[in-house]
Amino acid sequence: MLSPIILVPAVLNGLLTGAVYGLVALGLTLIYGVLHIINFAHGALLTAAMFAAFFAHRLLGLDPYLAALGLTPLFFALGYGLQRFVIGPAAHGEDRNILLVTLALAVVIENALLYGFGADTRTLNLAYAFDVVDVGVAFLALPRVIAFGVVLAVALVLWLILALTDTGKAIRAVAKEKLGAELSGIDVAHIYAVTFGLGTACLAIAACLLIPTYYVNPHIGNGFVLVAFTIVVLGGMGSVTGALIGGLFVGVVESLCGLYLGESLGQIGIFIMFILVLLLRPSGLFGERA
Amino acid sequence: MKRASLAHLGVVVAVLAAVPLLTASNVVLNFLVVALLIALVGQGWNVLGGYGGQFSFGHAAFFGTGAYVSAILQTRYGINAWLAFALGIAGGALVGALIGALTFRSGLKGSYFALVTLAFAEVLRILASVAPITGAGVGILITLDLRPQAFQFQSRAPFYWIILALLAVSFLIVRLIEQSRFGAWLVAVRENEEAAKAVGVNTRRVKLAAMTISAAITAAGGAFYAQYFLFVDSGIAYGPWISIEALLAPIVGGIGTAFGPLLGALVVKMLGELTKLVTGDAPGLDLVIYGGVLILIVAFAPQGIAGLIADLRLRFARLRRRLPERAHG
Repeated sequence: MLSPIILVPAVLNGLLTGAVYGLVALGLTLIYGVLHIINFAHGALLTAAMFAAFFAHRLLGLDPYLAALGLTPLFFALGYGLQRFVIGPAAHGEDRNILLVTLALAVVIENALLYGFGADTRTLNLAYAFDVVDVGVAFLALPRVIAFGVVLAVALVLWLILALTDTGKAIRAVAKEKLGAELSGIDVAHIYAVTFGLGTACLAIAACLLIPTYYVNPHIGNGFVLVAFTIVVLGGMGSVTGALIGGLFVGVVESLCGLYLGESLGQIGIFIMFILVLLLRPSGLFGERA
Repeated sequence: MKRASLAHLGVVVAVLAAVPLLTASNVVLNFLVVALLIALVGQGWNVLGGYGGQFSFGHAAFFGTGAYVSAILQTRYGINAWLAFALGIAGGALVGALIGALTFRSGLKGSYFALVTLAFAEVLRILASVAPITGAGVGILITLDLRPQAFQFQSRAPFYWIILALLAVSFLIVRLIEQSRFGAWLVAVRENEEAAKAVGVNTRRVKLAAMTISAAITAAGGAFYAQYFLFVDSGIAYGPWISIEALLAPIVGGIGTAFGPLLGALVVKMLGELTKLVTGDAPGLDLVIYGGVLILIVAFAPQGIAGLIADLRLRFARLRRRLPERAHG
């Protein structure tokens, strides 16, 4: 057994990483909960958002946290447009088609980035990237502490939108009973697109939170999205709380696996957990029994 | 859906078999070998996805296993290349049966099935990139030994005929499935699994059998790849590219039809070559085009090129019989 001096910081760092995982998973689970479809383009959209945050700083000199204010509405619009004008019309209402279209979008986005920017890995050098916060038992990286706080705030805002606004009520109505919602005058195509937009906006925020301490290349999103799939399956498809708790849990598991087994096998741990959960309890730990 | 007759299959295979007699161009033959390889891999996907309605996003798991088993057996254990090839197919089928047994037992379908097949392929990719037996990050280089008994040839023509023969066998398998009771069960599962179950079809066993056949055909493609390029690494064998090519060919050509994968593979590969001609060898651009084609096909021609052709024929026949157009659709 390792001593608490190593264990406690590992757990805390895992929680901080897990929060951002949770945010990526939140977008995924929201889209799943309403459209009942897994968005295979989620990872590629995260990559696109990270490139956007990177170039907002490189070309415009915008701090990532400032850029988030612009990128979030931009990616909401992008997600809205994709669902409304590409995925929706192309899918003809068939689940299989939506799977294929989102997969195709992922291929297009990822490879367009590869074509445009090459396979190079890029990093930002921000003045505060290596600042730390002393919390008594451990030193934590400042950008990751900020990320943790922002994720909690975003989750709260999202919850408020879903609970209190008319659009939020419409989203929940469509998620529960699509036909009934349509009959009572809700524009389902619009709600689908709004939901997709919200899910994509989560990615823009996650990207801005990641970029100060992380790197970006055209395939970066895949790693995150497979973790996000695991979280979503673990937390129960469509469950917002499940995504957050699942994110924190997976963050800690990854951190501890990395500590005991080394980096590359830490990733295997996540995959194996993912497959086991899918096989043994596909409705997740928090989801309703399918 | 129109079934492929034996005569059609015979004509197509005969025409393709004559190509090396007409041209000795390595460029043409290389293009066709790769296109037929993708057609074979796609035919594997088609058995499960096209006829059975189970969309796998991880056929790389079978392709890669076929490639690795065959490569490892001949380089590390000195087993004859032809035998290794056959064992590669068996290995792929075994992996298919295992993954199928696990996923279908848990009742995974639709998005979940796509997701879990993707995850299995990724686990295998990561394992292959660290395990010593697969050559880890370096990959496996099959020793050059240009003798027919080592499954290596001086010219490309024999490779071409072999992949064509494999494709012909896969045609026959698909045709047998189409005509058998098993095929009817499989299509019943695709159209309405609950109803199929209600009339007494053992849907789990049917899907499992389809997945095993599907994996075997795709693994044959993987084992052939290893023999043709004499090199395998984790990104080639288990990478997402082959999972995408595997589903792209049948969907573009015509999902759930015997000729679909071949038609789709030829069209997609042709598009890829044209792109390269226009833009040079830019990384990523061919895949951008593939993705775009996939969206367009799903949006405007869900039955693929085969569906378009059937549609045109129908219109043409109506025109000749001067029947009103409105009866269509």
